[in-house]
Amino acid sequence: MPNMSLKKVPMPEQNPEARTRNFLEVALGYTGEMAKEEAQRCLNCKHKPCMQGCPVNVNIPGFIEAVAAGDFEKAYHIIKNTNSLPAICGRVCPQETQCEKFCVRGIKGESVGIGRLERFVADWYMSNREQKKGSIARNGRKVAVVGSGPAGLTCAGDLAKMGYEVTIFEAFHTPGGVLMYGIPEFRLPKALVQKEIDYLKQLGVEIKTNMVIGKVLSLNDLMNEGYEAIFIGTGAGLPNFMGIPGENLNGVYSANEFLTRVNLMKAYKFPETDTPVKVGRNVAVVGGGNVAMDAARCAKRLGAENVYIIYRRSEAEMPARLEEVHHAKEEGIIFKLLSNPVRIIGTDDGWVKGIECIEMELGEPDSSGRRRPVPKAGTEHVIDVETVIIAIGQSPNPLISSTTPDLKTNKWGCIVIDENTCATSKEGVFAGGDAVTGAATVILAMGAGKKAAVAIDNYLKAKPNKIKAAE
Amino acid sequence: MFQIVRKEILNPSIKLMEIEAPYVARKAEPGQFIILRVDEDGERIPLTIADFDRDKGTVTIIFQEVGKTTKLLGSLNEGESILDFVGPLGKPSHLDGVKSAAVIGGGLGTAIAYPQAKKLHSLGARVDSVIGFRNKDLIILEEEMSKVSNRLFVTTDDGSNGTKGFVTDILKRLLEEGNRYDVVIAIGPLVMMKAVSNLTREYGIKTIVSMNPVMIDGTGMCGGCRVTVGGNVKFACVDGPDFDGHQVDFDEAMRRQLMYRNEEKISLEEHECRLRGEKYA
Ligand SMILES: Cc1cc2nc3c(=O)[nH]c(=O)nc-3n(C[C@H](O)[C@H](O)[C@H](O)COP(=O)(O)OP(=O)(O)OC[C@H]3O[C@@H](n4cnc5c(N)ncnc54)[C@H](O)[C@@H]3O)c2cc1C
Ligand SMILES: Cc1cc2nc3c(=O)[nH]c(=O)nc-3n(C[C@H](O)[C@H](O)[C@H](O)COP(=O)(O)OP(=O)(O)OC[C@H]3O[C@@H](n4cnc5c(N)ncnc54)[C@H](O)[C@@H]3O)c2cc1C
Ligand code: SF4
Ligand code: SF4
Ligand code: FES
Repeated sequence: MPNMSLKKVPMPEQNPEARTRNFLEVALGYTGEMAKEEAQRCLNCKHKPCMQGCPVNVNIPGFIEAVAAGDFEKAYHIIKNTNSLPAICGRVCPQETQCEKFCVRGIKGESVGIGRLERFVADWYMSNREQKKGSIARNGRKVAVVGSGPAGLTCAGDLAKMGYEVTIFEAFHTPGGVLMYGIPEFRLPKALVQKEIDYLKQLGVEIKTNMVIGKVLSLNDLMNEGYEAIFIGTGAGLPNFMGIPGENLNGVYSANEFLTRVNLMKAYKFPETDTPVKVGRNVAVVGGGNVAMDAARCAKRLGAENVYIIYRRSEAEMPARLEEVHHAKEEGIIFKLLSNPVRIIGTDDGWVKGIECIEMELGEPDSSGRRRPVPKAGTEHVIDVETVIIAIGQSPNPLISSTTPDLKTNKWGCIVIDENTCATSKEGVFAGGDAVTGAATVILAMGAGKKAAVAIDNYLKAKPNKIKAAE
Repeated sequence: MFQIVRKEILNPSIKLMEIEAPYVARKAEPGQFIILRVDEDGERIPLTIADFDRDKGTVTIIFQEVGKTTKLLGSLNEGESILDFVGPLGKPSHLDGVKSAAVIGGGLGTAIAYPQAKKLHSLGARVDSVIGFRNKDLIILEEEMSKVSNRLFVTTDDGSNGTKGFVTDILKRLLEEGNRYDVVIAIGPLVMMKAVSNLTREYGIKTIVSMNPVMIDGTGMCGGCRVTVGGNVKFACVDGPDFDGHQVDFDEAMRRQLMYRNEEKISLEEHECRLRGEKYA
């Protein structure tokens, strides 16, 4: 008999009061009992509507059935069939617009907690079993993966399992991409990402850090070093600014800079660590996505008293995950919706002292289908802040495309690929993730990495093996 | 890990290190820089590539001990290693086609200007170099600079080497005497670069300065290194570090450099306490 409760089994969490003073994970995860209870809410629908919302087609009813039966190991293997990073996706997928959006239990009441269950299963496996690698026959053919975000990690792992000699080239000193430098510890513990990276190393993947491709080595250099195919998963790391007066005042950050200082460089431990970050008593974060929520919640944890989210549309249009908005509100973040900055105001010696905003109203839908915000004349007002963090989106970094003339990009700087083969305009070079789509999601990047691994395998199988030919 | 193969003390606060970094050495060009991190808790700091040896696979850096990271780096010895060392970053200087140049180095900036003077010299350009220091004990690279310059002028703020004045005083004299250059390259503290740019503007001589804002990634992903040039926002790590001195907003750059002054003090004090603690423990 299924569990007919209209609500998900609640997720144990650190209480808001305590958690705004630490960087520990907010959501604590289900116990085995809670997971079984939640799993029993699944009706095991014949047509599996939930699956159509999952970009990588996780067999959702299949794994949930195993959870309900208490066979967590089996559940894990079912998920792993199509999702390489379940502990991560369970935590950061926007479930409410993906799998859970289509769950029939969501018609009346809350949908099944698919993400929570996925997270539980992955965490259970990590603490109770060893990720096994089995023995892999090496084929001696070299593939280079540029960038170590979810796209690159997944592509590298899949290719290594097929027997390729894979080397990842990462610009930063630490692999992991946004999972390491962007998404904060309290939402995605770095130890968990590190485990996935360690597993790749066990699979024989070599990771070279401090390798800014396009500068240290070009794509042609990589080919000359014997890499027969290259996957580009360099993400969308170029920060957008608004182009309003005052953006270069002291105290104005891009979200990228702010989050990199906090997460990657661990500025929250300063002066124990050497990299500082400046957070005023009052902080304005401009934007309404996950990046904005993360920046706002970090600022709160770093001691800011008032943290404002300034977003030009209404809450319904906010692209952030529902859970993040909910958590941000619980933590006392102040939402200034339908509000847009027009200038940042500075003191005489050049430090931020306020941000002037104008109220907005929603007009006709624009090309994105969302109603276009238009300013309401005469509603300008100033909010006193000492720090401004700009989180209005990122574009792909032109470092590689600008040094590779035969690599085609579109007008937004995204690398152009053939949808079916993931192939770029340059022979032997494939791409996926945010570098192709612009800023998107972890699961889409992971899916792209998987697809590219298959495409690269097909490409190399059809191509004469240079090494064998030389023998 | 990147090994220190040679260490030299150039003056009481400036040190030179030759680091084994074959990938960087292979591509390095004058005007480019590296970013290093000494240890796991360390900050990423940018330093100019002062010299490189492609055959040996080494890169030379010259740095002034001004804070925690540079002091920590300076305390390392030959044979020890640095955790991270990435480069070459930034755009190489555009020196082709230059027939005559004045290269101006202020203090430590001399180390950053040296590879440019060297390259110009090797391209056959006529090079007049002017280097300035606070006093004679702080003079660095005098011999190296003289080898790559047609004329070298060394000046000190206090006159302790026999020539008193700022680098701009000497440059002004050279210009008044009728010397003309295709380009003036000025590298040093922001105030000095600003003063040089103001001077050369009067004479309409193209002037290149090397900007040194606070950086993190050095790849264009944080925007922390932004400088305003000709009214446009540029990222020094990818669009520079060299810019047209007549276009740079120096006042903004000077202000931005002060952003972490308090934190820099805290970090250094903490470092020195820890050192004392170890010594007397
Ligand atoms: C703060 C923040 C919060 C987010 N929250 C969520 C969320 O909750 N849920 C969700 O699904 N998505 C979220 N996203 C989006 C998600 O993280 C990205 O869509 C995803 O990480 C993209 O993966 P990727 O592999 O394409 O690129 P990235 O993760 O960006 O990784 C690219 C890697 O390539 C490296 N690189 C770049 N250029 C070079 C070069 N020239 N040479 C070598 N290496 C290079 C970079 O250093 C980086 O490590 C968030 C993003 C941010 C910034
Ligand atoms: C492209 C570039 C090339 C550089 N090349 C050299 C070089 O060849 N040799 C060298 O000695 N220094 C160079 N610098 C400056 C060097 O990076 C700083 O001196 C260093 O980061 C200071 O770190 P710290 O922890 O020792 O001192 P901190 O405690 O961080 O700072 C102490 C003092 O140094 C100043 N400072 C801090 N960060 C920077 C910075 N990024 N740039 C300039 N000043 C800073 C502060 O205003 C303060 O007065 C370069 C900077 C850039 C951006
Ligand atoms: S991967 Fe993401 S979308 Fe797919 S089932 Fe898991 S949480 Fe849902
Ligand atoms: S739609 Fe919901 S109830 Fe139906 S199988 Fe999927 S998760 Fe279970
Ligand atoms: S240092 Fe980050 S963009 Fe230049």
